[in-house]
Amino acid sequence: MRLGLMALPLAFFALFFAWPVAAIVGRGLRVDGVWHLGRIGEVITEPDIGHVLWFTTWQALASTALTLLIALPGAYVFARFDFPGRHLLRAVVTVPFVLPTVVVGTAFLALLGRGGLLDELWGVRLDTTVWAILLAHVFFNYAVVVRTVGGLWAQLDPRQEEAARVLGASRFAAWRTVTLPALGPAVAAAALMVFLFTFTSFGVVQILGGPTFSTLEVEIYRQTAELLDLPTAAVLTIVQFAAVGAVLAVHAWTVRRRESALKLVDPKQTARRPRGAGQWTLLAGVLAVIAVLILLPLGVLVARSLDTPDGYGFGYFRSLQSVGEGGTFLVPPLEAVWNSVQYALAATGIALVIGGLAAAALTRRGGRLVRGFDALLMLPLGVSAVTVGFGFLITLDRPPLDLRTSWILVPLAQALVGVPFVVRTMLPVLRAVDGRLREAAAVLGASPLRVWREVDLPLVRRALLIAAGFAFAVSLGEFGATVFIARPDRPTLPVAVARLLGRAGDLNYGQAMALSTILMVVCALSLLLLERVRTDRTGEF
Amino acid sequence: MLKLDGVTVRFGERAALDAVDLEVAEHETVCVLGPSGSGKSTLLRVVAGLQPVDEGRVLLEGADQGGVPVHRRGVGLMFQDHQLFPQRDVAGNVSFGLRMRGVPRARQAERVEELLELVGLPGAGRRAVAALSGGEQQRVALARALAPSPRLLMLDEPLGQLDRTLRERLVVELRSLFGRLGTTVLAVTHDQGEAFALADRVVVMRDGRIAQTGTPLEVWQRPASEFVARFLGFENVVPGVVSGVVASTEWGAVPVPSGSAQGAVRLLIRPAGVRLLPAGEGLPCEVVSRTFRGNHVALRLRPRSGPVLEAECGVRDAAGVGEMVGVGFVGAEVVVLAG
Amino acid sequence: MRSTKKMAAGALAAALGVSTLAACGGKDDTAKSDGGTKSKTVTLVSHDSFAASDAVLKEFTAQTGYTVKVLKSGDAGAALNQEILTKGSPRGDVFFGVDNTLLSRALDHGIFTPYEAKGLAAVPAAVQLDKGQHRVTPIDTGDICVNYDKKYFADKKLSPPSSFTDLIKPEYKNLLVTENAATSSPGLGFLLGTAAQFGDDGWQDYWKKLKDNGVKVVDGWEQAYNQDFSGSAGGKKAKGDRPLVVSYASSPPVEVLYAKPQPTEAPTGVATGTCFRQTEFAGLLKGAKNEAGGKALLDFLISKKFQEDMPLNMFVNPVVKDAKLPELFTKFGATVTETHDVAPEKISKNREQWVKSWSSLVLK
Repeated sequence: MRLGLMALPLAFFALFFAWPVAAIVGRGLRVDGVWHLGRIGEVITEPDIGHVLWFTTWQALASTALTLLIALPGAYVFARFDFPGRHLLRAVVTVPFVLPTVVVGTAFLALLGRGGLLDELWGVRLDTTVWAILLAHVFFNYAVVVRTVGGLWAQLDPRQEEAARVLGASRFAAWRTVTLPALGPAVAAAALMVFLFTFTSFGVVQILGGPTFSTLEVEIYRQTAELLDLPTAAVLTIVQFAAVGAVLAVHAWTVRRRESALKLVDPKQTARRPRGAGQWTLLAGVLAVIAVLILLPLGVLVARSLDTPDGYGFGYFRSLQSVGEGGTFLVPPLEAVWNSVQYALAATGIALVIGGLAAAALTRRGGRLVRGFDALLMLPLGVSAVTVGFGFLITLDRPPLDLRTSWILVPLAQALVGVPFVVRTMLPVLRAVDGRLREAAAVLGASPLRVWREVDLPLVRRALLIAAGFAFAVSLGEFGATVFIARPDRPTLPVAVARLLGRAGDLNYGQAMALSTILMVVCALSLLLLERVRTDRTGEF
Repeated sequence: MLKLDGVTVRFGERAALDAVDLEVAEHETVCVLGPSGSGKSTLLRVVAGLQPVDEGRVLLEGADQGGVPVHRRGVGLMFQDHQLFPQRDVAGNVSFGLRMRGVPRARQAERVEELLELVGLPGAGRRAVAALSGGEQQRVALARALAPSPRLLMLDEPLGQLDRTLRERLVVELRSLFGRLGTTVLAVTHDQGEAFALADRVVVMRDGRIAQTGTPLEVWQRPASEFVARFLGFENVVPGVVSGVVASTEWGAVPVPSGSAQGAVRLLIRPAGVRLLPAGEGLPCEVVSRTFRGNHVALRLRPRSGPVLEAECGVRDAAGVGEMVGVGFVGAEVVVLAG
Repeated sequence: MRSTKKMAAGALAAALGVSTLAACGGKDDTAKSDGGTKSKTVTLVSHDSFAASDAVLKEFTAQTGYTVKVLKSGDAGAALNQEILTKGSPRGDVFFGVDNTLLSRALDHGIFTPYEAKGLAAVPAAVQLDKGQHRVTPIDTGDICVNYDKKYFADKKLSPPSSFTDLIKPEYKNLLVTENAATSSPGLGFLLGTAAQFGDDGWQDYWKKLKDNGVKVVDGWEQAYNQDFSGSAGGKKAKGDRPLVVSYASSPPVEVLYAKPQPTEAPTGVATGTCFRQTEFAGLLKGAKNEAGGKALLDFLISKKFQEDMPLNMFVNPVVKDAKLPELFTKFGATVTETHDVAPEKISKNREQWVKSWSSLVLK
């Protein structure tokens, strides 16, 4: 049963991840049929590489801690409070996640850099300091915590906390002793994802940190794409792989210790209007953080997209419809929107199928093998896009799998990043489904597939939607893999934005801002749409 | 000990509690009885501080609890579905309140053992709560609520989910336990049998208001209204006009206790007050159904006019279904209801 | 077990269904090009900056019967490295976008088949860096130079710098922003230009002085030009405070082209004594499926038609002598007469070492 469910995800990962990555690493370390493993020692002991490793690790840890600290109150507010604009705001905080880093860097500099808010108010400039990197990582990953943790939080029975309160626990003690352990797996999953994202951070570090800060990811990119020093790149990939593997192992070990069936209730029952000064203050605080950290940078983008030489207006947006005087594009930029949506839909579909099957397989509790698979799913988040992209080139080059110039490679690469989201979002909820419900359905004559459809699916539909939204958003803004994969001239939104920003001139800059705004809106709308798909049937069984 | 003073809670337009006054004395066990939606659970939540009041005051040992947060009220609450913490084992659940109060670890362990012993689960400390049966969960929930020695213990449908025999046994156990510990208890239930078996005093609620208060015997013997009577399971309620010691009803003349209110009233005739007579005497009725209840038989009788009557009689005296019988009434078992 | 199989099959079908759905509307014609030997499609592999007018590509089809399919992947370095990795089994027929800083790597890996394009006679010998073997054909040149904000220098009544040595003068202190030579191609070009000017031993000393004079280094051209440079449209919005930036000689005309209404004068100028010339080449890939088509395409790339179309698409200069520059370039562009160049072999030999020394000198 389990093997059957896992066959497809396993094949997917073997073919589109393990094989390409192994091949490119092998190409670097094997010269004329002889392994040169001595390279590993040589590269690691270089002081420059040691410095990079150290910086990569500590900034990732600090970013993760800071993100949790800032975003957990947000997760609570979104899960438990009912206030006007909640759904819209939840969609909006996810927008940074899909914006290409080059765009975000520009916007974020407006907050922290010269003439930014902090500069105007207190004369503080944080650009080119490590604070800029950390705060930008919070900006990017806020939604990861709010969605992963908030999704489960909304379904936790609030009376568990009440039971603790009556037993003498203060509000905080009740949260710490009852809710936090219940949220544990979700918090761990979110922390893990944030860590992986920040550990492999590329654009943010480059733009906001300036050339003095460098992560492993940047180094791998340089060695592979710029210098073609495959041996060094291979060693760095192995190092990154080992680090990510170690983190995943620790994660798997901590999660295994506590896995309990949680009492889940309909999220609609748990949200209510805030009450009392404390709750209003919390809500206000969270909204203020969102306003400053997320809305303000996004607002700068929008403002710049409207700030034409003839005053504020939609001039840049109108100009997007045409090919443009200079012929910047072979396709009108608006077509890029449609391209992006198509790729993202395909990637979401693939991610849902692969991730859904994997999650279903992992729910049937099993031994070490299954846990290993669990971790395996996360590995793509810890491997550089350039490694995977170049790996594709040297593996998928023979019929029937000569996919190198096929459009499908783009959604496949994007799905590699989407699958962990699907699995991570669905697994905690699926595992929390009471097994007796499945037994009851089976006794009533439902086949395993029917059981999944009738019991699991209605209960996890919300999680599934959240996962789909994430996968879609990630694909929409995905830049790294897309840019390395040769494709007929069908630029996605992020690629189009990058091309525009790569040229001088007012119109190009304005159009880049306008396209980024469109990307923001498309993303916010899709997420909003997903949230609108009501989950009335939850708990129907 | 506990005093509720005109407590009102509104959910939108609807008042879940409507100017409720209630007192619970030290060591007393009070049971709030009412159908679902009558506001009894809200009452407990108000006392615990989980539900803010719109009007009125809650006093514990004379101190106004307004502004006192939940965890400082020193009350215990056993939730309807127990709400055991699934991440903790049995001992972890029971010791929770002690940990919150900073009780030393050794003392906690002692107390946990003591309580598990008390609720009949000695040595169960290391078990996972998910592996417990319903009755065991209930006992753990009780042990958890009792562990910090709350000044007031509140129980929300304490035995609701358990099977009948277990329930009957536990009611007895609980009552003797509370008696022994001297705990002050406020329980809510929709099951009158449970309430009567457990309580020193019963409070019947209807639509957020208190319909009647009294000892189980008082309430049982003299329900204050048709609502209370019907809620207690009595069906023989009929309108009538009292004149002296006789009331005229659709069932004919019914004797009432002397000193009853005069004029148009509603009458309750307890099943035991419906006596079977040979056919041809009294009110002629047809036996509609016959239910064996162990020590007696419950009969449903259809008179020519008026509502169906319920009668209780000895196993030997019971008539068969379809037989015609006569019915007479015993004045001592008739209650004149208010309104 | 049976139902599991069904489930997996269903899932696979669903995945394929989604894929097919997304394929609708795609302009994908891979299938056609993989067909027989007499393919009518010729595939051009390039970097992300490649652009050409539709009309010109149609003209090629009209002339030769071949349709051009363009594949883009990453920046110049990444695109070339991908070609090297797929050597022998290339994704296309012609590769465009090797510049002189990368030329040696491309030639050393032997990814090109020699072909002497028709019309090469019209290309100056100076840019034909593989004259002997014709493995690559020069297509365009572009100059990496310091640009200046005209308004700033007019306001300050200061004459803009014109040479490398000007840049270390005190009056230009804290004015220049450049790019990381390790990650940015203009950054590398600027470094190579200084190496050409001051020699293998002198450039480090120059950079020390430049650093003392407050040069700012950011990671990429986008940040330098759109964020820090005060003369560009983006930089103005971002309140950029550096009036000097390392960019291209074609940047001023581009500023004019994309400004509305079009100004009578470019807002920025070029310090013509600070230029490094980049030459871009194209070549026929070894193992190309459509060699005949590839050759025709190479011929076309140095035809007058394509060469005259190029400047406004990629903002580079044509290599063909008699190709006319658009008015935009002649009117607003700078004439760079002298550039500071380094031979490709020398670049290939020293690049890594220079970038390393530069990094430890300037970044740390």
